[in-house]
Amino acid sequence: MVKNIYEYYAKWIREGRLKVNSDWNRDLKIKFTVQDPCQIVRKAYGDPIAEDLRYVVKAVVGEENFIDMQPNRSNNYCCGGGGGFLQSGFKEQRLAFGKLKDEQIKATGAGYCIAGCHNCHAQIHELSEHFGGGYPVVHLWTLICLALGVLGPNERTYLGEDLREINVFHPESGK
Amino acid sequence: MDETVIRLGGKKRSTFMDQVRQLLPDGGNLNLCLTCGACSSGCPATGLEGMDPRKFLRMAALGMDEEILSSNWVWMCTQCQRCIYVCPMKIDIPRLVYNARASWPREKRPKGILGSCDMALRNASCSAMGASPEDFEFVVGDVLEEYREAQPEFAEMQAPVDKVGAEFILNQNSREPVTEPDEMVPLWKILHLAGVDWTYGSKGWGGENYCMFLGDSEAWKHITSTAAQQADELGCKVFLNTE
Repeated sequence: MVKNIYEYYAKWIREGRLKVNSDWNRDLKIKFTVQDPCQIVRKAYGDPIAEDLRYVVKAVVGEENFIDMQPNRSNNYCCGGGGGFLQSGFKEQRLAFGKLKDEQIKATGAGYCIAGCHNCHAQIHELSEHFGGGYPVVHLWTLICLALGVLGPNERTYLGEDLREINVFHPESGK
Repeated sequence: MDETVIRLGGKKRSTFMDQVRQLLPDGGNLNLCLTCGACSSGCPATGLEGMDPRKFLRMAALGMDEEILSSNWVWMCTQCQRCIYVCPMKIDIPRLVYNARASWPREKRPKGILGSCDMALRNASCSAMGASPEDFEFVVGDVLEEYREAQPEFAEMQAPVDKVGAEFILNQNSREPVTEPDEMVPLWKILHLAGVDWTYGSKGWGGENYCMFLGDSEAWKHITSTAAQQADELGCKVFLNTE
């Protein structure tokens, strides 16, 4: 049986095995949007896993701090990181492809984009820099651990300045 | 009424599209296009190289094999399948693109994708960055040890490689063990706190598959089979994709 971890993150939170808490963001009110990876949502598990993904995101950042891109879920646009595009050598075209994604993210007004897929993460990170959006792009596991209160100082590479010092676990272990 | 039959050209020659149609279940619906353009209007690759999904399909249907098989556009379509999702006839344009990629001489395909595929074929890890099973085990063990000491709440945390009978077997994108090992830790912490019985496999742990992107079906199959066999050999119930 082949499964994706988003489904299990959601299951473990629902079952109380992962005691996540969004209190860290109650006053900060930092807004997050999420990329639906084509490979996981449209091409594999469909809208049910997109719902699991949202359940997890809302549980860790606070429901009021989540903003969906339009369109989304199975209808979401590809970011341009997939299919080998990142390694194809066609950088100019790859960035032109990703412009739609960058505009979609900017239109949400969110300060962060969550990307659980590595291709999406690398591409959207580059889009954020190239088109000047400056929104940090983070892995889902980073935010889950932040919401569990166990994210250490060396596990924050992709967090923006505003979250570097928030809820730090064992700050003395920093390099 | 004029009953003269209009004859178009001679015997229809076999085209690229006919060949692909024979490979696809139900022919991939390739001849059902209504030319509505829903595919192109929602495709981020529309306009690149003067191409779009509808145009690509129409050119294939018209037998313009040389033009579509030489276009770099096949490397700019990410095969994200949004065109199929919105298509009223569910036409499998991405498979047409995949087969167009596969028709390129292997050495002429984009160097970066080719190199990443070949790197994955170098050893049993199937990592596009070439890390060996030994390197992977070493990095995982080393990072685990460091965090167990630095963060005593996680002194009992596990990150096993080849644990027989674990419920879950996980893959791992090569980026973490090779370039940013600390990024593996949040995932391990989550699994630890949730009480999950899991393992990595020393073979086929690489989460990426550039051979699929390369259009190299044999190598794609080799990588996927390596990961699947390792899961079976260890007796793991669930193969868990971590991204």
